[in-house]
Amino acid sequence: MVMPCTAAGRQHRWLLSLLTVTIVLLSLAPSARLLVEALGDLAQGANAPLWRVLGAASTWRALWYSVYTAGLGMLLALVLGSLFAFVITLTDLRAKAAWVFCFMLPMMIPPQVTALAWLQLFGPASPLLKSLGFAPALGSPQPLYSAEGIALLLGIQAAPLVFLALRTSLLSLPRELVEAARISGARQSQVWGHIILPVTRGGLVAGAAMAFISSLGNFGIPAMLGIPAGVYVLPTLIYQRMASFGTGVLPEMASLSLLIGVIALIGVALQQRALSRSRFGLTGHSGRAHDFTLGRLQVPVTALLAAVLLAILVAPLAALVVSSLVPAMGVPLNTTTATLSAFEEVLSRQGATWRAVNNSLWLAGGASLVLMAASLPLAYRLQRLPPRLQNLALGAVELPYALPGVVLAIACILLFVRPLPLIDEALYGTLTLIFIAYLARFLVVCLKPVAASLAQLDPSLEEAAQLAGAGPWRRMATIVLPLVAPALFAGGLLVFLLAVNELTVSALLWSAGNETLGVLIFNLDEGGESVLASAVSVLVVAMVAALMLALSLLAPRLPRGVVPWQR
Amino acid sequence: MAALSIEGVSKFFGEHAAVDGLSLTVEPGEFVALLGPSGCGKTTMLRLLAGFEEASRGEIRLGETLLASPGHHLPPEQRHMAMVFQSYALWPHMSVADNVGYPLKLRKVRGAAYHERVQRALSLVALEAYASRTPQELSGGQRQRVALARCLVVDPEVVLLDEPLANLDRHLRAAMEQSFRDFHRRARATMVYVTHDQSEAMALADRIAVMRDGRLVQWATPETLYREPRNQWVAGFIGQGSELQIATGAPGQRLDEAALMQGLNAPLTSRTQPVLVRPEHVRVSAETPTARHLTARVEHQTFRGERFELHLRLAHGAALMAYHPHALDVGQTVALTLSEGWCLERD
Repeated sequence: MVMPCTAAGRQHRWLLSLLTVTIVLLSLAPSARLLVEALGDLAQGANAPLWRVLGAASTWRALWYSVYTAGLGMLLALVLGSLFAFVITLTDLRAKAAWVFCFMLPMMIPPQVTALAWLQLFGPASPLLKSLGFAPALGSPQPLYSAEGIALLLGIQAAPLVFLALRTSLLSLPRELVEAARISGARQSQVWGHIILPVTRGGLVAGAAMAFISSLGNFGIPAMLGIPAGVYVLPTLIYQRMASFGTGVLPEMASLSLLIGVIALIGVALQQRALSRSRFGLTGHSGRAHDFTLGRLQVPVTALLAAVLLAILVAPLAALVVSSLVPAMGVPLNTTTATLSAFEEVLSRQGATWRAVNNSLWLAGGASLVLMAASLPLAYRLQRLPPRLQNLALGAVELPYALPGVVLAIACILLFVRPLPLIDEALYGTLTLIFIAYLARFLVVCLKPVAASLAQLDPSLEEAAQLAGAGPWRRMATIVLPLVAPALFAGGLLVFLLAVNELTVSALLWSAGNETLGVLIFNLDEGGESVLASAVSVLVVAMVAALMLALSLLAPRLPRGVVPWQR
Repeated sequence: MAALSIEGVSKFFGEHAAVDGLSLTVEPGEFVALLGPSGCGKTTMLRLLAGFEEASRGEIRLGETLLASPGHHLPPEQRHMAMVFQSYALWPHMSVADNVGYPLKLRKVRGAAYHERVQRALSLVALEAYASRTPQELSGGQRQRVALARCLVVDPEVVLLDEPLANLDRHLRAAMEQSFRDFHRRARATMVYVTHDQSEAMALADRIAVMRDGRLVQWATPETLYREPRNQWVAGFIGQGSELQIATGAPGQRLDEAALMQGLNAPLTSRTQPVLVRPEHVRVSAETPTARHLTARVEHQTFRGERFELHLRLAHGAALMAYHPHALDVGQTVALTLSEGWCLERD
């Protein structure tokens, strides 16, 4: 689109460019600061923090556990995710929307809640097992306190990522490709192996890579399952060191962060490659399921999916609910013991609960509002950049989200540990720092739906307004904004959903009085208050489900792919 | 070779009947077009033939074989048909040769026989040199020829074509029409061709089934369809021409010059029969009209290269189209003689 050379046009363009450059630089700043810290002291030779970290046995042990748990989790995610994606997308299974919603729920439930729920499901003190009467003997070990336990939960949490990537790939597979094979003489089973699997392999690999990256950066699960067992992965190692030694070990932590950041970025590169390879430029009627008839298999397949969902979603959530209703851990639930006192306690007496809820709501609400306001002009300007520059800018904005949360947290501490010049105030230990970290981390979550919606807009809509005499600001306010408003709102809601339960970043950045909801659950559980932690978690799950439903209601007005669990 | 017979086939999507009680018999080796505006059910009918949709009512047979009836549905892979899709439907992860050879592989053709048949199919569409390319590297016309070769390779009894030219530009269409004609001559297969473009259907098909709202309106050769359209709607859909009201004749009757001119001069109220007058049957003369003529005024004219298209207004207000070798003045009065007309059924 050719911009007119009016004063308003120039000013509009200039302001948007300035904003874009500022945002891109701010997104890069934490990573750059981290690089400087990790590599800056290399001149000290063998005593440089990077060499010291690389020489420590604990580093390699944590690295091994990180790769082992993330790898094992990825395999589990692949099995679960592809099973659900193939069955739900390709067959004539009934009530597909409900299946998709239930399968996506584990991804949106915060990891610390997932971990807590599973801990309530197993072990000698499990209120659910006690109520049912088959709890293991007291003193027997909690099976989830192990690397394999961590991998199991990571796999369940990441399975929806594989599901989504594969489902997208399957939905963009034109119906004609399958029909052409059928009429060439291929049976349903042959079509699957000859056509569907090869064409969608890219989506499968990309999904696996995403599951690996997400598991690698996960903090809540290895923190709650690994720390009691002495199993440390890189994020929990960093957390534990920071908790014990404070900012004095920052240079070493920067080096550790660099290590995990590099592994994550290799995963991202792999995923991008797989995605670009899977783009065949397919044409035809896509976006419709292929309706392989299940026939006699309808009942067994439905039963299989239901059994899986029962095991990975219903059972742990039931355990969580049961735990929130008993007076104390180890007491079985029945009509005489059932009590709402835990809810009463967290809602009325625990000052920390309300403070944390308050903090999280303000942080998440503020972050989504600021990001919504920034996303439209940013996406608008990015769309008018040459493709190369556009990709570079998008990569920069995506970096704080692609990197594991601890890496961003360490980078933010490094950036703000010293008092700011001019105002002479240190942000470290304040809510403001968490807020800044959230802005950096979740910008891309809000930006992507808006950019997708803008890309769908026919440029002639704006050109027509321009010919009618509307200046650039007016066009943006009266033509573009109303048309992308649903996407903008969905982006904001997604940011809120992720930020309000965030733990990884805030675990390192919080201080007394500045807890977030994620930190609260983590601290309650660490302090042995499992019943209270369960009560808070039940409330959190209810909120997540409600927000997801709100997004689902919005979905028909959004471009495809904005609401992750709908098309 | 066997005849393809469709008997009383209906297909419902919910309450809506996409195909409604359609019956046709296609002779072996015939080239048939399903023609109609978009949404008339022609593509659904084709997908019923292929077996991608199950018929709600009626029967489809190929010779002695029952393909579909209520409670019986032969899956597409067992129907020995081939299909050319509008989007070509070439598999992106296979080379051109692999795409063409895929139906052979499924029929367990291996080794030298396989390579020989793939080569022959590719040479028939003049694409031997492209055997190892991927479909993405080919142009639209080349992709369509690969799709044709994939149909040729197994000598199917029936070839289904779903708007195969819709994605190509006009230049390429003429060349591809010729390829389809060659293909039909060589393959001698029964071909069912879906299109919304009447000139494409007229140029290619032996017989045309005109469809509207899921129903068969007329089933005839292109020439009959042009000369003797059954009703007002078909007359408006196929070819050019004008509809007048006349005081004589009955639906399905051809009127000669005398009957036509007399019927058109009758009082307005007695003229109730619609008649189709093709522009080539209108003689225009610039001399002063006499009692033997109709009088008309030139409203506007369009230059078509070989002739002018005249849009005329008759004295009593009806519009009429005619051809003329050279330009006339707009507003000029002309004398007309109509040599032939075809009486139509009302819709």
